[in-house]
Amino acid sequence: MGKTFAEKILAQKAGLAAVEPGQIVTVRPDLGMSHDNTAAIAKLFGKIGRKRVKEPEKFVVILDHVVPAASVEYAENHKEIREFVREQGIRFYDVGRGVCHQVVVEEGLAGPGDLVLGADSHTPTYGAVGAFSAGIGRSEMAALWATGELWLRVPTSLCIELAGALPELVTAKDVILHVIGKLGADGALYQSVEFTGSLVARMAVPDRMVITNMAAEMGAKNAFFAPDEITFGYLAARTDRTFTPVYPDPDARYQDTIRFDVSRLEPQVACPPDVDHVVPISQVAGKRVDQVVVGTCTNGRIEDLRLAAEVMADQPVAEGVRMLIVPASREVWIQAAEEGLLSLFAEAGALVLNPGCGPCLGAHEGVLAPGEVGLATSNRNFKGRMGSPDAELYLGSPAVAAAAAVTGRITDPRRLLEEER
Amino acid sequence: MIAGRAWKYGDNVNTDVIFPGRYTYARMEPAEMAKHALEDLDPSFAREVKPGDVIVGGRNFGCGSSREQAATCLVAAGVGAVVAKGFARIFFRNAINSGLLVLEIPDAVDAIQSGDRVEIDTERGVLIHHGKKYPFPPLPGVVQEILAAGGLIPYLRGQLAKEA
Repeated sequence: MGKTFAEKILAQKAGLAAVEPGQIVTVRPDLGMSHDNTAAIAKLFGKIGRKRVKEPEKFVVILDHVVPAASVEYAENHKEIREFVREQGIRFYDVGRGVCHQVVVEEGLAGPGDLVLGADSHTPTYGAVGAFSAGIGRSEMAALWATGELWLRVPTSLCIELAGALPELVTAKDVILHVIGKLGADGALYQSVEFTGSLVARMAVPDRMVITNMAAEMGAKNAFFAPDEITFGYLAARTDRTFTPVYPDPDARYQDTIRFDVSRLEPQVACPPDVDHVVPISQVAGKRVDQVVVGTCTNGRIEDLRLAAEVMADQPVAEGVRMLIVPASREVWIQAAEEGLLSLFAEAGALVLNPGCGPCLGAHEGVLAPGEVGLATSNRNFKGRMGSPDAELYLGSPAVAAAAAVTGRITDPRRLLEEER
Repeated sequence: MIAGRAWKYGDNVNTDVIFPGRYTYARMEPAEMAKHALEDLDPSFAREVKPGDVIVGGRNFGCGSSREQAATCLVAAGVGAVVAKGFARIFFRNAINSGLLVLEIPDAVDAIQSGDRVEIDTERGVLIHHGKKYPFPPLPGVVQEILAAGGLIPYLRGQLAKEA
């Protein structure tokens, strides 16, 4: 019987001939990633009784969550992290480089055949470039620093086949929101999700990243796109590393295979306070918004900013609406500046912020007041996520966000485009 | 033996309502963290919770962020165990690694109401509610050892000290 991607790569990383779903294996990951939580992890590491990280070259620390520091307390946290990585010789990206998941992929730190564990729930993102990547907790990262290994349970695998061609202004974000809406917040709980199908074969790496990033929101342990010419083309421009890709066997056994045809998909919106509370945009059109955020590790790439600018088509941000643009990385920020997008946004009345997580986790840079309504391209809309627990947060694509920004209401971006034409 | 009152909530109790993101990167001692436990879900919880109380949840308890404080704030608040129909995987790992007992007992979840008294006998592997016994399978060996040590960090300290 053939093996799935998860079964093959976890066997390899555990040094075993074969593994079965449900089996507990001890693996040695190729990369461990942490961010602003690194000072807290260092404290736990100290309690283990170790002074030195065993294999510092296998780790990376990227400051992104509350950058630049929003208070003395956050500043102290960053300072401790800078001291720690310097002492330990760990690869480090300081504030301003970008959101950790975007930076890991841009820097070529994750690729086909890699096993990456990150102290962040959106670590499954790197499956977009063929890695097995999963989120872990702080104590576990401290354990990895001390020993270089960690136990994982071999997950069952779910195959999601995406067929058809996307209609105009319908994006990867709409696809994954639709899938999460159908399968539910625990629809892929503890599973390895492999995306296949005719849509995938045409999908660029940034779009694949939107999907793997949000697979976390249906409980997935990891998500995976089999590396192809698109993957290798993307990586060749970014790293000299050679990769040893791992592919599922053609006769691999999946717990389930679910097919979605996207040919007639409408733009999708996730309604508060759950990511799986997804409706076609026609059902929520007209809802007034106070703030629109374009950015984050889900949708803060250059393609997303271009799409938002295209939909806005030189129209100003609506009266009474705040629009925040948060490029996912410095690279994206510079590219957007060179293409004139940042000045377009600024001229329209939007606020262009520094690369980072921005207000996504409700810590700074534009949180919502009680009673306010936000619409963001981010990945979570839980109660209190972007500030007040009495605010509402909707999730949508950059096209949906741009249409909301210029109209002040949740609006089908295709309708806006029709009016412009 | 764990014994206390039940605090029952629904499906998909997420880490943002267990421990809000606005506090996640603030440096906080356990006693302070306990004050924010379940803040955006049930503001009365942190005020009234007693040591040994049991949180009862539905499906996918702890979904969302990887923040370990979602587990450690419950430990700090004195929670004896979380019983649910199912757990999100990172929360499940974080709970064990923080020394918090997490049990999947769907039948018990259906029966228990908020305020009920719940007893959990970990040695015999049984939850007792209104005189009815709900057995649960023993936890895997390494998980039991981590829980017994009070979490992954003390467990590992012990292991590495043995090797040295």
